[in-house]
Amino acid sequence: MTTTTPTVASSSTASRWERFRDSYLLYSFKRDLIAQLSLAVFIVMVACAVLAPWLAPMNPYDLAQIDILASELPPFWVDGSDPAYVMGTDAQGRDLLSTILYGLRVSLIIGFGAVAMQATLGVCFGLLAGYLGGRVDAFLMRLADIQLSFSTLMVAIVVGALFKAIFGGATFSAYAVPLLVLIIGLAEWPQYARTVRASVLAEKGKEYVDAARVMGLRSRRIMFRHILPNTLSPIFVISTVQVANAIISEAALSFLGLGMPETQPSLGSLIKSGFDYIQSGSWWITLIPGLVLVVLVLVINLLGDWLRDVLNPRLYKG
Amino acid sequence: MTTASLSTAGSSKGSSAAASTASMDSGAAVPEAAEPLLSIRGLEKRFSLSGDFLEQLKFKGGKLVREQKHVHAINGVDLDIQRGEALCVVGESGCGKSTVARTVMGLIHPSAGEIRYDGERIDDRSTKELLPFRRRMQMIFQNPYASLNPRMTIQQTLEEPIRLHHPDWSPAQVKDKVAEVMNAVGIASDWGGRYGHEFSGGQRQRIAIARALAVDPEFIVADEPISALDVSIQAQVLNLLMEAQQQRNLTYLFITHDLAVVEHFGTRVAVMYLGRVCEVAPTATLFATPRHPYTQALMSAIPRLEDDRPQHIRLEGEVPTPVKLPSGCVFHGRCPHANARCRDEVPALIATDEGGQVACHGVEEGRI
Amino acid sequence: MSLLEVNHLDVRFALRRGDVQALRDVCFSLDRGERLGIVGESGAGKSVAAFSLLNLIAKPGYIAGGSIRFDGQELIGLSDRALRRIRGHRISMIFQDPMMTLNPVLTIGEQMVECLKAHRRISTRDARAISLRKLEQVQIPSPEARLDQYPHELSGGMRQRVIIAIALLLDPDIIIADEPTTALDVTIQAEIMALLLELCEEHNVGLVLITHDLGVVSQVTQRMLVMYAGRVIEQGPTREIINDPQHPYTQGLINALPQMATPGERLNQIPGSMPSLSHLPSGCAFHPRCGFVTRPDGSTRQACVDEVPGFVTSGNCQAACHMVAEMIERERIPAEEQDS
Repeated sequence: MTTTTPTVASSSTASRWERFRDSYLLYSFKRDLIAQLSLAVFIVMVACAVLAPWLAPMNPYDLAQIDILASELPPFWVDGSDPAYVMGTDAQGRDLLSTILYGLRVSLIIGFGAVAMQATLGVCFGLLAGYLGGRVDAFLMRLADIQLSFSTLMVAIVVGALFKAIFGGATFSAYAVPLLVLIIGLAEWPQYARTVRASVLAEKGKEYVDAARVMGLRSRRIMFRHILPNTLSPIFVISTVQVANAIISEAALSFLGLGMPETQPSLGSLIKSGFDYIQSGSWWITLIPGLVLVVLVLVINLLGDWLRDVLNPRLYKG
Repeated sequence: MTTASLSTAGSSKGSSAAASTASMDSGAAVPEAAEPLLSIRGLEKRFSLSGDFLEQLKFKGGKLVREQKHVHAINGVDLDIQRGEALCVVGESGCGKSTVARTVMGLIHPSAGEIRYDGERIDDRSTKELLPFRRRMQMIFQNPYASLNPRMTIQQTLEEPIRLHHPDWSPAQVKDKVAEVMNAVGIASDWGGRYGHEFSGGQRQRIAIARALAVDPEFIVADEPISALDVSIQAQVLNLLMEAQQQRNLTYLFITHDLAVVEHFGTRVAVMYLGRVCEVAPTATLFATPRHPYTQALMSAIPRLEDDRPQHIRLEGEVPTPVKLPSGCVFHGRCPHANARCRDEVPALIATDEGGQVACHGVEEGRI
Repeated sequence: MSLLEVNHLDVRFALRRGDVQALRDVCFSLDRGERLGIVGESGAGKSVAAFSLLNLIAKPGYIAGGSIRFDGQELIGLSDRALRRIRGHRISMIFQDPMMTLNPVLTIGEQMVECLKAHRRISTRDARAISLRKLEQVQIPSPEARLDQYPHELSGGMRQRVIIAIALLLDPDIIIADEPTTALDVTIQAEIMALLLELCEEHNVGLVLITHDLGVVSQVTQRMLVMYAGRVIEQGPTREIINDPQHPYTQGLINALPQMATPGERLNQIPGSMPSLSHLPSGCAFHPRCGFVTRPDGSTRQACVDEVPGFVTSGNCQAACHMVAEMIERERIPAEEQDS
């Protein structure tokens, strides 16, 4: 766990690599085939997303490259395919492989962005609620309860629909990515706040916090310098699950038509756009991005499971 | 060493003012008694058991009643600590000795009473107002496995208090100070880059002591500092604490349940039972002639190495819970000498011939 | 033949950096009705020794060798089923934390009845009657009411009394008590120890008492073992060891007690700390902390650094120490002088 130590670099930097090399984290990773495979797949997918402009045969955002006549071509192993389009094309004639690569990019950006947003809000609220207790705690946690009693999608649909109605579809399309990050981020912060609050309550009772108070440190420094670093393990674990959830939420929103516009498709909007053609036999437009989405969410969840097992002190200290 | 004025073992909220005037009176009467470094008057602390407002509401006989339950951790404690002494507070778990320590350090706010440090009241100050006192009073905790932040290196742990209290010091000065306190507690100063978990329990407790010494305090509250350690390590840490006292002229408030340690370490002992002080005396006096029946029972229960199987005084029943305090003397339910007066009237601390003070009607009446 | 005989017991823990030996070559025996104390600091292996007697060591740990004979029967390699018949029935255990034994969702009576019925063919009414009698034996006030209470309704001392009642339920031959009073207050501890002692004497039950408290051992037990870093380093009659310890570690342990020094003076501390079991020093594991590695004339006793000491007998006691062996060899064993 030394990898996560957010300490000021000091004389121990040289030994930090050694610490990591000897850590239980690395040891258990070396022995867990599923974790290794998941990480490999995940890295490949992230690399593909990042390198999409160089990897993709065409740019699906560039209308000039799209050939409407080449629409609904099947992937290469099906009769009637065009070797130029390996995974076939969608209804607008975009190369499906390129669109998936760009879509993966959008999905990952929204997933990570939303989680960063949730984490910032949730960690701050959780720290405040747990450390200060009393009325602040009661207020923030009731707020979280209320927030959680609406489903994420419901909040997102209302906010998204309102935005679309007020500012119009064009503005919505232009700001779709930050807006989705905001919506999903706002909808899910209670998950973080609750987890952080629980571990702050556990840490707050420990004597090193008393020692810091006796020293005369201010509450803010105690919260961020002393307590927060000790609650990072559960934050990491929950983050993996939340990234997967955020990606799925985005896909669901896009599927409902409140997510990414079809001109800059995410995996979700790709699935949606293909859904209309599934009756006419063009199953690949929906199925292939669907598979990519499933694999992405699966490997993130598998990694999360592994991380939870490793970071659970009960399992490895016992 | 004579203590100033412990006439009123305050029992209720109103007594704190009375107690302080009483202390001034007798302080004038005993001129040679110097002003105590720390003085605690009528200290009380109640913890609520009932949760927030909604949880306190109960239906009783068809009516909605607000019900609050409290744990009475300390009920009217008066103590003085003189400069240079090591005052040991002993008692069994739940007697409030740790609460006294934590209240003195401002970790919890008292429900009533006052605490004066060097003449100045400190119990009603905010974190910021307390800062100058933090430099003069420090604390050592019980559990060395929990009292060091697991995510900080020893160097960082020790630098933090120095930087906070000496913001004008240069990094080199801070480093020198850290090296000095590490040497003082017997930890090689080139181990600063390591984390707490790389050390053994005894070494961690040394580091915790180093952290307390880093700001050159004059008063240290030690809350069971050795009870989590092994016998051979306990001796090392006790020696270290005694050395530090001699070299730095420290005053200790030492909380423990181990009477053998008290006999060795303390200059004066306060015995607590159920949130009250039942006896205060110089160590030698207390061990030679314990007066309070509870002190007697406590002393007879120490397992000794001697041959004969000692007849320890068997107390009836067990320590009552501090939620519903017994009336009168808190010890009367288990005391072999209790009578009607003990059940009704709270005994005050009275001076004994041997130079101590005891809160017991039996002793006062000459029955015990 | 003794009731319980432990010979050359080796216990290891399989960790990711290879095996760590928690117990090495531990031998002791216990007669019917005898009370034996096992003393040591944390990490000495005293609890592992107790747990391994009933094969209760948790997962990475395993018994690597040796034998444990109880009443003529070898316990190592015994099936779980056969072990269960001995466990709780003929050998029972008392743990430091009463909640390890007590189930929080069952009443005291239910737990005692269940335990009796698991080992004997008996009606619920009879089992309850026996339970009540045992609770009376441990001097619990209003025992009948306790039968229908839950563990959390009892105080710590009361719970430990219930545990003792449960341990006595099936009239065992041996009780193994692992730090039974460490979590309790001094006055309660004294009462529980007195009770345990009384019951063992009255019912002729053997007692293996694991503790770090020399005072408790000296008052309760007849013989004692001192353990250090997984080995027994000294054993013999309790009185003799307490009054005249042979091994430098035992001496240090006793001399470090605050009551052995003049108030206000320095305590006689043992330097350093117990080595971790995965990095044991060569030779005698105590030698880096031992003041006797250097002879009075200034020469180093090389054997302490190189060889693991075997037991030498001195009087009724045995100590594993090269210094003691050398003393005996010279046939002048002025035990008093060693205390210096």
